[in-house]
Amino acid sequence: MVLSSPDLLLQVKGVHKRFGANVVLAGADLDVPRGSVVTVMGRSGTGKSVFLKCLAQVILADEGQIFFDGRALADNDAKSRLEFRRRCSFLFQSNALFDSLTALENVALPLEQTTDLRDAEIRERSLEAMRQLELESHQDRYPSQLSGGMQKRLALARAIVTRPELVLFDEPTAGLDPLRRNAVFTMIAKYQRQFGFTAVIVTHDVQEALAASDRVALLDKGRMNFQGSPTEFRASEDLVVTSFRDNITALNASLAAIRQGEIIPSEDS
Amino acid sequence: MRGRACKDMVRALGSHTLAIVHGLGDFTLFTLRSFQSALGSRRLFRRVLRAGFEQGVRCLPVILIVGIFTGLVLGLQGYYVLNRFGSESLLGALVSLSLVRELGPVLAALMLVGQAGSALSAELGIQRNTEQVAALETMGVSSLGYLVTPRLLAALVVFPMQTALFVTIGLLGGSLSGSLLLGLESGVYWSSVERAVQMQDVTECFLKALTFGLLTISLCAYHGFNAHRCRNATGARAVSASTTRAVVQSSIVVLAADYVITSFLV
Amino acid sequence: MKQTQLEFLVGAFVLLGLAAITYLTVKLGGGSLLGNDTYALEARFTSASGLNTGSNVVVAGVPVGRVEAIRMEPSEYTAIVTFRVMSGLKLPTDSMASIKTTGLIGDKFVALSPGADETHLEPGARITMTESSVDLESLIGKMAFGSVTEETEKAPPP
Repeated sequence: MVLSSPDLLLQVKGVHKRFGANVVLAGADLDVPRGSVVTVMGRSGTGKSVFLKCLAQVILADEGQIFFDGRALADNDAKSRLEFRRRCSFLFQSNALFDSLTALENVALPLEQTTDLRDAEIRERSLEAMRQLELESHQDRYPSQLSGGMQKRLALARAIVTRPELVLFDEPTAGLDPLRRNAVFTMIAKYQRQFGFTAVIVTHDVQEALAASDRVALLDKGRMNFQGSPTEFRASEDLVVTSFRDNITALNASLAAIRQGEIIPSEDS
Repeated sequence: MRGRACKDMVRALGSHTLAIVHGLGDFTLFTLRSFQSALGSRRLFRRVLRAGFEQGVRCLPVILIVGIFTGLVLGLQGYYVLNRFGSESLLGALVSLSLVRELGPVLAALMLVGQAGSALSAELGIQRNTEQVAALETMGVSSLGYLVTPRLLAALVVFPMQTALFVTIGLLGGSLSGSLLLGLESGVYWSSVERAVQMQDVTECFLKALTFGLLTISLCAYHGFNAHRCRNATGARAVSASTTRAVVQSSIVVLAADYVITSFLV
Repeated sequence: MKQTQLEFLVGAFVLLGLAAITYLTVKLGGGSLLGNDTYALEARFTSASGLNTGSNVVVAGVPVGRVEAIRMEPSEYTAIVTFRVMSGLKLPTDSMASIKTTGLIGDKFVALSPGADETHLEPGARITMTESSVDLESLIGKMAFGSVTEETEKAPPP
């Protein structure tokens, strides 16, 4: 067992994952310093979510090592995995809220099932988490009765109520409009500072990610092509990085064109 | 050419057999793990209570309705058959033994599969589909312990109770059609019931109820829980396919297990 | 649904279910009531056909016990029936055991007719005075093939 550097909360080395003949991850690495916000970017379909799920052990990687707080998480070590899971929260792209429980019960569930706190304490802590995310007036509603943004906040409340050291965000802005996207990143940054957790975000929203993160990584063809600060990312001369940046610029240009009412030639004309 | 076709057939047989054995092993492990998960599960009693409500209180009406009609029709049919031999006084024995030994446990289990089992399978399938099961795992909560264990524990208590209620109301139904409709003395009916049923029959009845409860609820949970592993469907289709499979297999298992238990006990 | 309401409903269901289970085991099963307070007796019959383990044992038409085992005695080709009766019941040594039928085709049971002796049967004792079941089939056979009438014809005229 190789001990990783002490200032890294999470270190991923050479994670491989294949589904049948389809190789999704071919040796992806990632360093996550304690207390930082790290964003993994990449085109859709490059296996960002699979990578994150491998970190959270939702999917077990075929190969590779994951160190959490200096200790390797082994596949067959149920105890260390359980400890990791109790210190880490995962925010699903789909939120994965329990749809037959009320908002408050959703937030209380991880405390009820993983701690020996008394009922009153659990209620208090859950309400506190909901208050911080401005959801206290919706505690008796069911997830399906909440708006998309509120559901996202509820999922975040459920993730932070256990006071985790690490929170993994899977596409937190998927399907949101640009304004909301910004709000979500602001929210993550705000609560990250407030609660002091370390965050790993997977997203394809480059602009927002660059603004909100301490470190960014670019996943392409199953490997991390770039890891560094946002400034380094902007300045990088790496071929993959430049082409990714160019694509974004081109996309932004065409979006701007649509906003200005220019006619986009359709494919069949 | 011929040899090849034969070889293929044998191979297909082999692969099916392996799949069945694999499935049986998987199912057994699933059930064992569910019981094992009871050890580390917190606030289990509340979940058991909730499951007891779903399997017990919710299913009570259907148990009582089916039970009383079964008793009524047994009384009616039995009366006409026994009438030919002039032994109407044995009606109680006929109704009670049919109910206690076979119909009670089997029909109660089938009704519970139809109501509680299908609901359980669909619920778990949807929770699997919407990543709620994965969410539990990422929280460090055992999804088996949280979702399946309480249902299994509740089934072990609820199935015998529902069966007892089914038999009791069925006996009442038999006496209604026997004494009210056909004019048999109700004392004759009840004394025949009491004389016919013995401890051995009652034990058999509860043994069956326990076995059916364990097998059906576990099977329904297994299929719902593994909805994502459905081979020929995904999403909503997978949920419906796994629910159908759960109900069909549970019903078959009830009747097959009934035969096995009966043949061992008699 | 509120937790208390849920608890109440489940509690009510459990009470109902327990009542039904108790009814089945105690009232119908009946075994536990006879339970420990019984003693075993044996009786030798030339035929125990139709008798089963669990069949009733009655005195004056009142059930007092059940048949426990039926086995064949190889030395004399007879059936030995072991049954248990309530321990409060003292049977004179010259009591008779007979196998009877409820109705024409009903269940077979063992009827005990108490004798007049001063001494009582000890647990495990064997009743020697017995009367086997009436073999209905051979009786019908005799009637059908005329052996019954032949016998009456052979009887000396009054």
